Amino acid sequence: MGETSRNPLAMRANPLPAFSLRDLDGEDHTFPNGTTTLLCFVKEDCPTCNLVFPVVDTISRECDARVLLPGQTAEGNQALLNKFKPSATILDDSILKVSFAFGVETVPLVILCDDNGQELDSLTGFDKKEWQSFYSKHFPMVDIDWSALPDWRPGCGSLTQDPVIGERLLAESENSPLRARRIEIGTQDDVHEFMFDQGFTDGLPVVPPTQERVLQMLSGTRREPQEEIAVVPPNMAPATVEKVAINAVLAGCKPDYLPVVIAALQALCTDEFNGHGVFATTMGASPVMVVNGPIRQRIGMEMGMSALGQGNRANASIGRALRLAVRNIGGARPGGTERTTLGSPLKFTMCFAEWEERSPWEPLHVERGFKRDESVVTLFAMSGGPALIVDQASKQGKQLATSMGLSLRAQHHVRSHRAGDTLLVVSPEHGDTFAHSKWEKQDVRAQIQSASSVPLRELVEDDECPVGIPAIRAKEFDEEELDRPVPKFASTKNIHLVFAGSEAGMFTSAFHGWASGPMGSIPTSRAIES
Amino acid sequence: MSTILDPTDERTPVARSISPRKKSLQKRVAMLDIAKPRGNVLLDRLEELLKERFSEITVSRYSKPTFTKPAPISLRNEIRDNNDVVLEALAD
Repeated sequence: MGETSRNPLAMRANPLPAFSLRDLDGEDHTFPNGTTTLLCFVKEDCPTCNLVFPVVDTISRECDARVLLPGQTAEGNQALLNKFKPSATILDDSILKVSFAFGVETVPLVILCDDNGQELDSLTGFDKKEWQSFYSKHFPMVDIDWSALPDWRPGCGSLTQDPVIGERLLAESENSPLRARRIEIGTQDDVHEFMFDQGFTDGLPVVPPTQERVLQMLSGTRREPQEEIAVVPPNMAPATVEKVAINAVLAGCKPDYLPVVIAALQALCTDEFNGHGVFATTMGASPVMVVNGPIRQRIGMEMGMSALGQGNRANASIGRALRLAVRNIGGARPGGTERTTLGSPLKFTMCFAEWEERSPWEPLHVERGFKRDESVVTLFAMSGGPALIVDQASKQGKQLATSMGLSLRAQHHVRSHRAGDTLLVVSPEHGDTFAHSKWEKQDVRAQIQSASSVPLRELVEDDECPVGIPAIRAKEFDEEELDRPVPKFASTKNIHLVFAGSEAGMFTSAFHGWASGPMGSIPTSRAIES
Repeated sequence: MSTILDPTDERTPVARSISPRKKSLQKRVAMLDIAKPRGNVLLDRLEELLKERFSEITVSRYSKPTFTKPAPISLRNEIRDNNDVVLEALAD
């Protein structure tokens, strides 16, 4: 959100906004009221306001004109009253609604208005020449000792310019960009307990999505708050940028993370990714998010030590925001449409960045058709992992890929073949082994397929373990066919390689997929737009 | 009172928060019988006990026409305008 759009009324309307404020005795004063009025917005702790206060009050004393001074703090207003005992009327604008509606940026702000509330002239701060000219033009009968006053004094920032106060005022104004239902929580209720009771959380505490926080979150994107960015399964509910921002607040995101959450939700809500199936499956699949491109550094994502673990706010809260958005907007809740048998910690959050600079290989997003300097999020529907492949012995790329292939035989079940996708997170030491052997991704994939292969006969059910190819079907194969090696994965395309982790440790972590292809979930990427 | 924004698709109503509770028993006490059987028995006894313990209070009794429907607005307004606290009997 740019500075100019923060306050839609920064350019004052003409006629000026009507208002009614109370003076310090509790009497209402309405503007406009059919008489010429001089308004002067003041703040007690502003030295220039104190300087001009008696000058403005002279108009009230000598001209019998209506002079109203909206003051910005309750205590300050009382102090001004005690100090100056003015003839003019100090008004209580301590909730700042009128200051905000008038777009006051600097105090003192003097506005001369006609009977109907049309602005005739104005002054900001104190420039003696301007003030003399203003007085001689509009109030020539008023006698001021200008020689006692300094030539120039700057004004002070209006309280409405305080970022936190400004967000509140914008949220509450008629021009508020927020449209979501406001929920008032009684003083007797604990806000956190209330949000648990409403089912807004994943079981851990969330950050209360106040209007101010949501407005700050929206500053993380150039998109309009009411833009619909996706239709979220399973309820097929439209997700506006505002709704995503609310869930990003809940999850603990910073505004800078919001574009990643938006892109991830768009990827999730595609037919290819099949979010409905992913969340409904008893297998307990959940999106694993990989972030590529310059946004990784810009928002401080972890791609080194503990990239898949806890401790980094961006990694943790972006993944969580996606899950909360699906839960709250899409309605995917355990026991409802989410039917996972056991669940998985992946369902809380799983998001990390690829360490492109350290990797011997082309980054994931470049491999998937994006430019290296684009920021991209890729979603994989994974039902298990990260499961560590521990290999501290292999010295060559072929040995290491063989090791991986052998380990992956157990994905889902050792007798399961064409077993969906696998996402391998290769750490630096394992990456170095491949680099020294000049092994590219395609070499690793081919060797995994080769090493994971077993003769077809080993995949046939038997009395000891009834899982596998039905014996009755196996009878259709001759001996030669039963000896044919069958790789674990339908294609090398089902083996995905990314690079992350700390310098020390000879490990690769494997996420085990869910159903792959058009009937299951296809990994999906989206460019991240700010 | 704090205000948050609804993170859901707004298809279901939000459960309402309870109103602030009075710190002491005020002078004018309304007793509302929602018209469930034996609610009057409970309220009769409560009224007896309240009058024993708090001599300064006055008690006004009200009844909903039927427990199956919310109280009519006129009844709600009457209770609000003429009382400081209200006790409601949810007996059965």
